[in-house]
Amino acid sequence: MTQHLPILIVLCPLAAALVVPLVARVSARAARALTMLATLSSLVCAVAALRVALREGDWHYHLGGWAPPWGIEYVVDPLGGGMAVIVALLATLVSLYAGPHVRGLSSLRGAAFDSLFLLLTTGLLGIALTGDLFNLYVFLEVSSLAAYALLASGGERAVVATFRYALIGTIAASFYLLGLGYLYALTGTLNMADLAIQLEAVPPGSAMTVGIVLLVVGLAIKMAVFPLHGWMPDAYTYAPPPVTMFIAAVMSKVSAYALIRVLFFVLPAGDAVETARAVLSWVAVGGVLAGSILALAQTDVRRMLVYSSVGQMGYIVLGLSIGNAAALTGALLHVVGHAAAKGCLFGAIGSLPRQTVQAEIGGLAGAARRAPLAMAAFTIAALSLVGLPPTAGFFSKWYLLRGALDADAWLFAVVLLVSSLLGAVYFFRVLEQVYFVPDPSAPDTDVPSPASPPSWRMVVPVLTLGAAVLLIGLFNGVLVSSVIQHALPEL
Amino acid sequence: MRSTFGSPVLDAATRLLVPFMWLFAAYVLIHGHDSPGGGFQAGVILAASLILLRLVRGQGSRPNLSSRDAVTCACAGPLLYGGIGVASLLSGGNFLDYGVLPLPMDPVQVRVIGTLGIEAGVMVGVTGVLVLIFDVLAPWDDGTV
Repeated sequence: MTQHLPILIVLCPLAAALVVPLVARVSARAARALTMLATLSSLVCAVAALRVALREGDWHYHLGGWAPPWGIEYVVDPLGGGMAVIVALLATLVSLYAGPHVRGLSSLRGAAFDSLFLLLTTGLLGIALTGDLFNLYVFLEVSSLAAYALLASGGERAVVATFRYALIGTIAASFYLLGLGYLYALTGTLNMADLAIQLEAVPPGSAMTVGIVLLVVGLAIKMAVFPLHGWMPDAYTYAPPPVTMFIAAVMSKVSAYALIRVLFFVLPAGDAVETARAVLSWVAVGGVLAGSILALAQTDVRRMLVYSSVGQMGYIVLGLSIGNAAALTGALLHVVGHAAAKGCLFGAIGSLPRQTVQAEIGGLAGAARRAPLAMAAFTIAALSLVGLPPTAGFFSKWYLLRGALDADAWLFAVVLLVSSLLGAVYFFRVLEQVYFVPDPSAPDTDVPSPASPPSWRMVVPVLTLGAAVLLIGLFNGVLVSSVIQHALPEL
Repeated sequence: MRSTFGSPVLDAATRLLVPFMWLFAAYVLIHGHDSPGGGFQAGVILAASLILLRLVRGQGSRPNLSSRDAVTCACAGPLLYGGIGVASLLSGGNFLDYGVLPLPMDPVQVRVIGTLGIEAGVMVGVTGVLVLIFDVLAPWDDGTV
């Protein structure tokens, strides 16, 4: 079976998504166990496939035995395989984390939740692994549709916010499809590798420019790059905690991966791509600053985290728009580090008992006493986003800074430092409440308030991610030399 | 949905129509290999017949596809599709390489049968999903979906 690992990564969650609603009629526990088993086996397959790809070179899997460019192929290379590992790891942790949430639902709705979650995972894994741009669109839609349904399950305000997201997301997907249509018209192929070869021979012209613009704008909306982030704060704020944790952690990263793939592995180097990257770099500078400033202005922790994501996506875009080896390494390291950190932050906030968190920053007073472990992980992840050593965020910013200096882009270096300062301000505001402001519900005593501590199912994934943030930071050298360095495009 | 649209005329027309819709669905499915059609279209026709029965004869009509069964169909169809893919994976080919399925026929026929199986999966899935969409948009007065 080992020669089928690339397809099994996607097939495990897909098959489970279809079986879970049927199993849940017999036993809700079995359905939950199946969800966790599927994400875990997907993770195992992804890790095994990535190891093979690193040892023996890119791994091409032809679906149905049809050779590309006619058939669809899945490609496990260090970039795509690494992305699949991140998605599968987050999915495994979130499937455990979602336990208490799903148990609070009826068995029908719980099964629907698990099934949609698995479909979302399938879509994101598919984007990471496919070697075909149209197949990427299909998986983009699979993941987006599942995400709309999951985000909307958070109540009435979530429905309105998600409806807006669904409209904007559909426009983004149409842009992508239209741009792809132009490239297809120029070359007659949809396979990424084949397209890259064929596009070399196509003279630059308006059709290619329009195609590139549509592809980049479409993916930028999906990534919620400033100023196209308008849909994100509401949609993420009102969703159930496990949904926000998973989607905030990986969904925009996967779109970022798709953008890197298109810009560096498919489109030919030339004026059009150079211009696209120049525009993206200014957009990124705007995003980094605007995200940090808007995060400062929020009173709701979750909204603050979402705006911080807008800023952090700015770093990733900045890295890929500078485009030298150090900057791209920084961008990819930031994809890994930010996925772990943002998952950890949203997970920690979501694990607090509902009665104690109004999600207002003030509502976090004394949270360290009620949920010490989750808040410890929260602190580590927050420090990583601020960029303090030895967390992952420090090293990714270090690489980005080096990339900016290598490219003589002093302004970008200044922006990186200023936004880190802003990050420190808005995160320490929260940490002050968590650690230093006494709990108003238990003013005079040292005993913890009666609110029950978070379930271990929620604490373990949050702690794992917190530890991951530290480990990625400490072992960033190993990560860069063994995976990320091989994932870089040839420059 | 408030109530059914049942009347003797509609009832008689539906009785006449539904068997032919099923026959047409089967034709579109099987002939989809060489002519316009296929699993999706067949599923839509099949679902249209079931929704017609719901509109005219109400929830308790016979034959009937309950919402619960529709969920089963929506899951079972894609599972049939994936199952054929996995079966070809187990018999030595790549995923969905159904030419290698160990059937006692020549390879071309095996491929046709494999395609037909996959299209049947699509049909079952589409039928289930469309009936579900109808049920969700038009819940019955007693609140059941």
